[in-house]
Amino acid sequence: MKPLDYATGDEDAPSGAAGTSNSETTGLPWLDTWYGVYAFVFGCFVVWVGLLIALTVIFS
Amino acid sequence: MSPLDFVVLIGTMVGIAVYGIWRTRGQRNLSTYLKGDPNVRWAAIGISVMATQASAITFISTPGQGYQDGLGFVQNYFGMPLALIIIAAIFLPMYRRLNVYTAYEFLGRRFDAKTRLLGAALFLVQRGLAAGITIYAPAIILSTMLGWRLDLTIVLSGLLVIAYTVTGGSEAVSLTQKYQLAVIFGGMATAFIVLLAKLPANLSLTDALTVAGGFKKLEAVDFSLDVRRRYTFWSGLLGGLFLSLSYFGTDQSQVQRYISGSSLRESRLGLMFNAVFKIPMQFFILLLGVLVFVFYQFEQPPVFFNGVAWKYAVEHGSGERLRSLEQQFAAVHAQKQQLIHTWLGAKHAGDRKTEAEARAQALVVNERSEAVRAGAKTALVAADPGVKSNDSDYVFITFVLDHLPHGVIGLLVAAFFAAALSSKSAELNALGSTTTVDFYRHLLKREATDAHYVSASKWFTLLWGLVALAFALFANLVENLIQAINIVGSVFYGVVLALFLVAFFLKRVGGTAAFWAALAAQTLVFVLYFSLNISYLWYNFIGCAACVLLSLLIQAALSPNTGSAQALPGS
Repeated sequence: MKPLDYATGDEDAPSGAAGTSNSETTGLPWLDTWYGVYAFVFGCFVVWVGLLIALTVIFS
Repeated sequence: MSPLDFVVLIGTMVGIAVYGIWRTRGQRNLSTYLKGDPNVRWAAIGISVMATQASAITFISTPGQGYQDGLGFVQNYFGMPLALIIIAAIFLPMYRRLNVYTAYEFLGRRFDAKTRLLGAALFLVQRGLAAGITIYAPAIILSTMLGWRLDLTIVLSGLLVIAYTVTGGSEAVSLTQKYQLAVIFGGMATAFIVLLAKLPANLSLTDALTVAGGFKKLEAVDFSLDVRRRYTFWSGLLGGLFLSLSYFGTDQSQVQRYISGSSLRESRLGLMFNAVFKIPMQFFILLLGVLVFVFYQFEQPPVFFNGVAWKYAVEHGSGERLRSLEQQFAAVHAQKQQLIHTWLGAKHAGDRKTEAEARAQALVVNERSEAVRAGAKTALVAADPGVKSNDSDYVFITFVLDHLPHGVIGLLVAAFFAAALSSKSAELNALGSTTTVDFYRHLLKREATDAHYVSASKWFTLLWGLVALAFALFANLVENLIQAINIVGSVFYGVVLALFLVAFFLKRVGGTAAFWAALAAQTLVFVLYFSLNISYLWYNFIGCAACVLLSLLIQAALSPNTGSAQALPGS
């Protein structure tokens, strides 16, 4: 299922609302897009789980 | 506790509260009072989200969980990073676009007024009840172990948090949470370092982990599909995803923390900060408990960690039985200690056969040790049927009081209270905001000045604080209340999450269908709760699934004119 169109926040914000554009820069040196940030966060999650699995295996 | 500990405890707690009051005095702007500093950066948002979630129980009970069951509990957080990504990508832009004060205001824009009020009411009921427990749960443990009066502990800590939350609103909550989290991390890091220093001099960290692993305390990930196992990779990933979506995405105590960012970027990065660091944070708290377990393999632990309950039973007819068990426990412990020395010695010498034998024998002796503990618990419950036989909540506080130096004890107790106050203040702030925005401003007084609404919000926050205090004091008289509050949360959470999922993903469903579906699903959950005997966690899923399905069915039955999402709200 796809979220409502306005959930992506690509339209102009209503008066008084803070900017919500998905194209807003991440301001991060190596991660230009939000998809890149989400991929990085997911990658960290995978790394944490991998390290926990390694700990489980090494000391079992 | 020594005078030095009290100076550290009172100095940090009162100092942070007074600083929060002083920095936010004279607050008259509604947006700042309800949402916080409009220029707040992502780090402050991330800290605030983390501090709101981490209550005192996190830092008192989680090490005990690590001591008792090892690292497996960390799997409960596996769904959280995924949930936070979904919230950052979908929920957050919506909240910011609509410039809402509360999550339930969004339901009003997307559906209608009655659905908004229903969502807000469900939040107020479950979070209002839980607010009392946020103060009560750590107070019962700390007052028991420190010999303080429970009612005074509840009232003093409660009044402190009410004072700065009422005065400074959301800005004071975020401001104080920064320093409270610093005290928490400072205390836990100090405890970790002191614990490492107190391990036997000839025991390396690898040896310590070897001992922990040998007693199955390092089994962090379990891919078993057995649904009877409490913590597995799958239950953590799926259940954790569902619970985190509910809590971070729809609970105003969290939504209020991250909608306040100066831009979408700051709010998103604040959430991503938690998505990256929550799992390692929980891992280290659990590891602390595991290392406490290792420490007590070389140091005689108490048979039962709730020393007050033990003393009561000794003085009320079980003395002889408990003393006998204590002697058995000491003998078994000495035998186990000898086997561990043999095991590690063989490991260092490369003697695999002796290592394996000593390890296997140590496990057998450990089971005998647990059998003695089980006998002691039976004797304690016989002496006082009201005593909790699970003493894991008392493990870490016992270690702190018995083995940490003065000053550090005060810092650790301050850390526990800081955690209690940081989550409590966010709850009160959310309860006051929701009452003001979704009920008072929406139903009673639509046109008034910011100063009027700020004043109303202060009164509502004070009211909720007093309700929570009264509830915490009353909780002293009720058994199994913590479990009861968890049940209340599970009974309501599923339906609230479903309202938001329908709002975000089911464009065809309108307010009338969502409202009646939520009411029907909530009724169904109540009926099932009183007629079935299943784990209360299932009601999260049942409520959510029922509400989503019913909203689709009701919408299909209604005229198409009553459905469909409203156009992008701009007014």
